[in-house]
Amino acid sequence: MSTLVMQPTHLAVRHLRALLRQPAYVVMQLVQPLIWLFLFGQLFKNVTTLPGFGGAAYISYLAPGVVVMSALLSNGWSGTTYLVDMERGVLDRFLATPARRSSFLIGQLAYWAALTIIQSAILLGLAFVGGARFAGGPLSILSLVAAAVLLGMVMASFSNSLALRVRDQNTVIAANVILVLPLCFLSSVFLPQSLMPQWMQTVARVNPVNWAVDAGRQSIATHVDWSIVLTRLGGLAILALVFGFAAVGSFRAYQRSI
Amino acid sequence: MSAPAIEVQSLEKTYARNVKALQGLSFAVARGSVFALLGPNGAGKSTTVKILTTMSRPDAGQARVAGTDVLANPQGVRRVIGCVSQKDAVDLDATGRENILLQGQCYGMFGADLKRRVCELLDRFNLTDAADRVSRTYSGGMRRKLGVAIGLVNRPSVLFLDEPTTGLDPEGRAGLWSEIRGLSDTGVTVLLTTHYLDEADYLADRLAIVDSGRVVAEGTPDELKSRLRGDAVHIELDAELVVDDALRAISPLKGTLRNLAAEGRLLHARVDDGASAVPVLLAALETAGVRVSAVSVSRPSLDDVYLTHTGRSFSAAHGGDSR
Repeated sequence: MSTLVMQPTHLAVRHLRALLRQPAYVVMQLVQPLIWLFLFGQLFKNVTTLPGFGGAAYISYLAPGVVVMSALLSNGWSGTTYLVDMERGVLDRFLATPARRSSFLIGQLAYWAALTIIQSAILLGLAFVGGARFAGGPLSILSLVAAAVLLGMVMASFSNSLALRVRDQNTVIAANVILVLPLCFLSSVFLPQSLMPQWMQTVARVNPVNWAVDAGRQSIATHVDWSIVLTRLGGLAILALVFGFAAVGSFRAYQRSI
Repeated sequence: MSAPAIEVQSLEKTYARNVKALQGLSFAVARGSVFALLGPNGAGKSTTVKILTTMSRPDAGQARVAGTDVLANPQGVRRVIGCVSQKDAVDLDATGRENILLQGQCYGMFGADLKRRVCELLDRFNLTDAADRVSRTYSGGMRRKLGVAIGLVNRPSVLFLDEPTTGLDPEGRAGLWSEIRGLSDTGVTVLLTTHYLDEADYLADRLAIVDSGRVVAEGTPDELKSRLRGDAVHIELDAELVVDDALRAISPLKGTLRNLAAEGRLLHARVDDGASAVPVLLAALETAGVRVSAVSVSRPSLDDVYLTHTGRSFSAAHGGDSR
């Protein structure tokens, strides 16, 4: 029983240690979100004169969206850790041990979740310094981080599947670059849904990035609508499970192919 | 005699695009011995190791490792084997100690027992001083040693070494050779695959030459060599010009010479007994006025064995992709 918990923990610790040895990685990953938060945020700060922003400053409006976007961006790299392990023969070495196959996926996802939490905390702190205010209170901020983590898991599992099946670094990186911005534009990361053209609103409704932003944006609301938070988080949790199981399938496919 | 540590029966494996990696491969390895699979790239060595270490499944055939069937009980096999792959399989972002520790944790080891085992292995492979350095800073030889240490953490009874010294410098190679020798002294059964004839000759108690997914010859290195009758004689002539004269001079002796061949100013032949054939050869050459600058007689090498069984010399067969 204890190995059920311990093995994924050890594997997550492995990645965390590597991260601690290169803390610059965390900073590098935050460059793009910070550009969106501060440069884009300044450039478009008068956009809040349009209806639908509910009187919040644009940086407050943008902050939850950028936290979600940052989770997408960094978790999209998840598959590359498998590619490095494959290249080095480390993955095959682990597969020849009696450790559970799921431990590897769970441990690695736990690492990405930890990284998402660290990055979200840094972004929220900087946004606060930049003038963003979160009227929804601590619990709604935690919900925002939870939404980022769950969406991150969906993205990480997708990236893992791609890496295990295609086994090509360029494909994994290209998928990240190609997917993230369109998914964000098709959600209320930058603008309220009510300002979108009709067809975009329709797409946004089934876009999991939009679910995460909907749930997370309650953190700046004076009256938090918990039904929005819970339904969106629930949807994301189900999706994370679906993508997680798909990654397990990809793991098996990888093993069959060697 | 106890049951073999490894028993392989008619293994077959076909990869995508009809690449036949194994076509009825069979062999057995005695407990506590070092067994080498020798063959060119693509012969099926690595595929065999992948099947025996439960990473891959054969299309047909049977294999037992330490008495356990690899197909029926892969988990049981995994617990008692260690596995060192072609790539050293070291996590470069972790220290040597962390690498071994995590491997132990994958076997469910923990606490003081694991800590002690890790120190023991670091010590044995002379890695104690570098133990807490990130392994990215290690030399190739150190990484390979760390790879072997990682493979030994669970005290395996059977250790698989897939081309353990490929890409190592002579010093690193010699170091690893003595470690592998030492392993079999402690009762571990070692199966190694190799490209190198001298490696198989030096390390292996028995070896199998694998070609196109089959075992084409098996035995101790000495057995295999002695199956090739006779000694090799090499005569170096004074000048290339006199090769024809020399061949004419020794033509009456053709009955005792096999595989006679000229290469530049070198003559090669195989004879039953080198010691008695050389004086006769030299006398014949001297009578014809052909001057000889050097003569040597050698026992058959594994390269000769390899040539006989695969129809190509080892160096010529070298190259292409490994499976």
